[in-house]
Amino acid sequence: MLKMSAMNRKFIQNLAETLCKQVKHFDKRETECLIRLFSGLLGEQAERRAAHGLDRVRFRHILHNTFGMTDDMMMDNGTSPIWMRTRIIIMPVFRAFDKDNDTYISVREWVEGLSVFLRGTLDEKIKFCFDVYNLHGDGYISREEMLQMLKDSLIRQPTEEDPDEGIKDIVEIALKKMDYDHDGKVSYSDFEKTVKDENLLLEAFGNCLPDAKSILAFEQHAFQEQHGH
Amino acid sequence: MGVTLSRAVQWSADGVQLENSPLNNDILTEILLFTENFEIRHPEEARIQFSEPLQWKTSLEAADFTSDIYDTREESAVSLECDDKGRPLLQLSPPDITVHSFYHLSNLLKLSKDKKMGEVRACLEVNSEPIKKIFGPISPTIHEGKLFNILHQLDEKLLSIAVRPIVREGRLSPAAVNTEVDLLKRENRVLKSLCYTSDYVFSNGCRSPPWRQMDGEICSLIIETSDTEPTLFITCNTSGVFLNERINGEGGENSFITKREVYKDIVTLLKNTSPHFAAAADEQDFAIQDVPSAKKILHVETVDVEETGQTLKSYDHDEKNVPEKLARNKPGSRDKTLEPSLKWTKLGLTSSYDEVEEKTRRSRESKKSPTAENQKKATFSESSLPGCHSSRKTKSPGGADDFSESSSEDDENEEQPERRAEIPTDLPSEYWQIQKLVKYLKGANQTATVIVLCALRDFNLVQETCQLAIRDVGGLEVLINLLDTDDIRCKISSLKILREISCNSLIRQTIADLGGLQTMVSILDAPVKELKCLAAETIANVAKFRRARKTVRQYGGIKRLVELLDCVPDSVSLSAEQERDADVARCGALALWSCSKSTRNKESIRQAGGIPLLARLLKSSQKNMLIPVVGTLQECASEKSYRISIQTEGMIEDLVKNLSCDNQELQMHCASAIFKCAEDKHTRDLVRQYDGLKPLVMLLNKAENKQLLAATTGAIWKCSISLENVAKFQEYRALEILVGLLKDQPEEVLVNVVGALGECAQISENLATIRKSGGIQPLVRLLSGTNQALLVNVTRAVGACATDPENMPIIDRLDGVRLLWSLLKNPNPDVQASAAWAICPCIENAKDAGEMVRSFVGGLELIINLLKSQNKDVLASVCAAIAKIAKDVENLAVITDHGVVPMLANLTNTGDDKLRRYLAEAIACSCTWGSNCASFGEAGAVAPLVHYLRSKDPLVHQATARALFELSKDPNNCITMHENGVVKLLLIMVGSTDEILQEAAASCVANIRCLALANDKAKNG
Repeated sequence: MLKMSAMNRKFIQNLAETLCKQVKHFDKRETECLIRLFSGLLGEQAERRAAHGLDRVRFRHILHNTFGMTDDMMMDNGTSPIWMRTRIIIMPVFRAFDKDNDTYISVREWVEGLSVFLRGTLDEKIKFCFDVYNLHGDGYISREEMLQMLKDSLIRQPTEEDPDEGIKDIVEIALKKMDYDHDGKVSYSDFEKTVKDENLLLEAFGNCLPDAKSILAFEQHAFQEQHGH
Repeated sequence: MGVTLSRAVQWSADGVQLENSPLNNDILTEILLFTENFEIRHPEEARIQFSEPLQWKTSLEAADFTSDIYDTREESAVSLECDDKGRPLLQLSPPDITVHSFYHLSNLLKLSKDKKMGEVRACLEVNSEPIKKIFGPISPTIHEGKLFNILHQLDEKLLSIAVRPIVREGRLSPAAVNTEVDLLKRENRVLKSLCYTSDYVFSNGCRSPPWRQMDGEICSLIIETSDTEPTLFITCNTSGVFLNERINGEGGENSFITKREVYKDIVTLLKNTSPHFAAAADEQDFAIQDVPSAKKILHVETVDVEETGQTLKSYDHDEKNVPEKLARNKPGSRDKTLEPSLKWTKLGLTSSYDEVEEKTRRSRESKKSPTAENQKKATFSESSLPGCHSSRKTKSPGGADDFSESSSEDDENEEQPERRAEIPTDLPSEYWQIQKLVKYLKGANQTATVIVLCALRDFNLVQETCQLAIRDVGGLEVLINLLDTDDIRCKISSLKILREISCNSLIRQTIADLGGLQTMVSILDAPVKELKCLAAETIANVAKFRRARKTVRQYGGIKRLVELLDCVPDSVSLSAEQERDADVARCGALALWSCSKSTRNKESIRQAGGIPLLARLLKSSQKNMLIPVVGTLQECASEKSYRISIQTEGMIEDLVKNLSCDNQELQMHCASAIFKCAEDKHTRDLVRQYDGLKPLVMLLNKAENKQLLAATTGAIWKCSISLENVAKFQEYRALEILVGLLKDQPEEVLVNVVGALGECAQISENLATIRKSGGIQPLVRLLSGTNQALLVNVTRAVGACATDPENMPIIDRLDGVRLLWSLLKNPNPDVQASAAWAICPCIENAKDAGEMVRSFVGGLELIINLLKSQNKDVLASVCAAIAKIAKDVENLAVITDHGVVPMLANLTNTGDDKLRRYLAEAIACSCTWGSNCASFGEAGAVAPLVHYLRSKDPLVHQATARALFELSKDPNNCITMHENGVVKLLLIMVGSTDEILQEAAASCVANIRCLALANDKAKNG
């Protein structure tokens, strides 16, 4: 076991050396800390999957407990209608991390994802959020995707004829605001323009970035405490 | 339909029938067509059952119901269709008919053939509020939305029909208003600013929202003139132009009387409100034809502040009055009430109809309030006094306390009266869109909330329609609630909206009522800087009225705002974070600026340690930072503690430095701060030492900016109290420029200019300068003004000029002394005193002064009567004048007849050294006539005079010694003096270096000795 961890340490240091040159925002020490944290999390996972990386359940747990992100839509797709369920097989934030789409988050994806999560510039965050909202992965946020993401964002009025009318209306409002080129869907450049114009619309369709407090707490936990070891 | 039906439609006098007017027929036809086609156009909505059925007396019979959806039995008919309780949706039992849905209304009308119109009329006559019946008491927004929208569209259509004739027939038309506004805008030299409250123009040319157009309103304007209180809020109505209610000052419990006068056009209103504008307009004569009746006040009502809730009634009328008002709008009749009626009656042009109409209207008015007529007169006469308006906002010279009032001046209308009583049901489309968004907000989670708030921000929030729509649909409650959530994005979006709409005073009040200030104050503690900024900026907007400022203070806002000021100002390179800190500080200063208009807030800012922080920010080079900082400082400079701090914290240097910046607003605040602080001698010296006098004089060249000019001249005035500064001003040739400013300036400027000239005139060589640059004539002309503060300064300046013998003939020729004399009649004691002081050098230097004084009929009696004044300064000045008058024997005889001796004697028991001095002088001069000397003794004036010698003021000693010397010519007086121990006191005076005093004291002692000697001789000899 001790031998293992010694080897591990060497391996982690090398890995950190490489990664910190490729990933923005983290220095070598910080990268090392994040790798350690990653391997720690892997260790808690069942052996079988550990080889590939973090799985969905584990990642959801991290988002939920560490970053206080509870927006169900962004976390889970359990309640999606069937036609959606067939297409979204993993939750959007997870997918935004999992760049190679292998349903596991590798150590590189972990560090890269966190660099945006914790210290991303506005541009990086715009890209990240767009990836999250682009449920179908076709480069556009469509009405259907918005409806899917916003469907629980309004209390339904039982008196209304069509209980979804309000949501549909809000989707139209959002579309009207974002669809600069009037093609009925929001492209990346539409989204970028909108957010540059009004930063508040970065997370327009749901919470997908941690708030300042959680970031601070996470960094303290990940970088400072581990440093002591 | 709601509003149109209840207000636009013309009801007969008894309010039961609809009049048979063309307008009504238009409206009824529209409703008829609408209802008849309803079933076909909106089949679904037609089936919706009314909350309450419409019932009326029909002329239809069972036989008319030929359709097979109705079942006729004998006389009656019922529909086959029933509601869930089994009641038929249409039921006829002649003559009553009951209908539950539009479907049956449509059918019924189709069946009625030629009786259609009659049915619609009959139905509406008994169902004056069909909307309520259709939807019931529940708000329609959560109820059959589509049907409501359809009816709403109908209502808009009806409204446009109803509004059209108003616009066409009113005395003022939108086009006329537009032309006039354009004209005024071109004249921007006279007005500081002029703008509409709304940029949106409706198809009929009006800018006011339709529900106000119903009352004939065309548009509202915000006008800044250079001399009235900061802004005028003006409403243009078809019947004329009037100022919106303004309630004075911060003293809420004092019920001032507010006036409401309706003028024929904007120019007339401005001429009556702003003397400066009137003067400028007269000169430029800008193409606005002056009808002789132009200034006639058409409609005057007095309203107590306590009743502000009803003030609009006078204009709004209750519903019954509206049709009549419309009727009066008909051509011919309308003109009669508003045009100069004399001509028309003389020419016999008025129709009998008009007279009857007029009479009934009058009788109704007089019934309403029996005293109305009297009140009208009273107000009229009051308002016709040109000075009564300006007199309220005068700044008197001296006394720092006077400034604390200045801050309340630019206070906005405290608690504006609610302008609309009912929530109308027919409104512009923005209203419905906003209502929908607010409805969503109420049930949205944070994600949707941000989207909806962003959409809400895309409305033109500067427009009053949108602002009030947000309020009226309950949006403010939601927005303020959002401030209590944990979500930062929601808070930011909400504050961004609140910040925009809080530029509306009604919104400000509602925000304060809903407790928004408390929440915003607590947000100032938030860690997110953007939030702090937004909250502070919104507070800055809301805290424009007293109650809001108090709330901010009570919830600890002042302390928090002061904490925001803590930042590193303006080092060469700021980090992004420091820049954000600076922005927070800027917003904090903005909020403090608003708050600092309340005296107690000034104190709180000081206690919270705001002064050193403001001093540090004053070093900034950013204009947007400096303006609120200096704005706050100049506002607070009304307090002595601030004036001291501004001096000791070295702020004068920065203020002086910024006098030379390129931003006029900043320059103005700097000058204004110096104005207030320069009461203190050391401050005046500092201004000079930092070379602040030259930039001040330079600023005099920016005469087009009146606020800046007022502040600059104010600063020059106060600075010129120091003679060293006057010398500098002479060097910069400021006097010549100041004299040039004596014409065509608003009173605030004139007060200061004249004040400055008065101070400079204390140096005699400046008197010649004033004369040579032609200053005496405008000064004397200002004596006939009415502004009290100005009069105080003008009399002082004229008095100073009169000390130069070469000036006096000019003053005399311009009848200046008579003008001064007549100011003794002014009710303001400051003016009386100042006038009396000015009279003294005039009498001294005028040729044939005695003759001149006698030529003022009743003049001597007038001045003697001022000896009854309670004001010490008035008494002192009048005594001084009497001393001068009494030098002419004939005049002395006259004033003796008017009883000057007992009156002077009455005053002798005073402890005021200034009064003592001039009183003694007056007594000394008055002794020389007849038995006055003895009379003073009999009136008991001698003993108190002796005690004056114990005063610490050498000037009192001199005058008293002279008086005692005169009095000692009467033996009885000598005895009294001796009894009061005068000899010992006089002997001390004999040792004085003042020769006059020496001589007078010695002579008096000699007189006493003589008497004693004679007495001894008589006894012993």
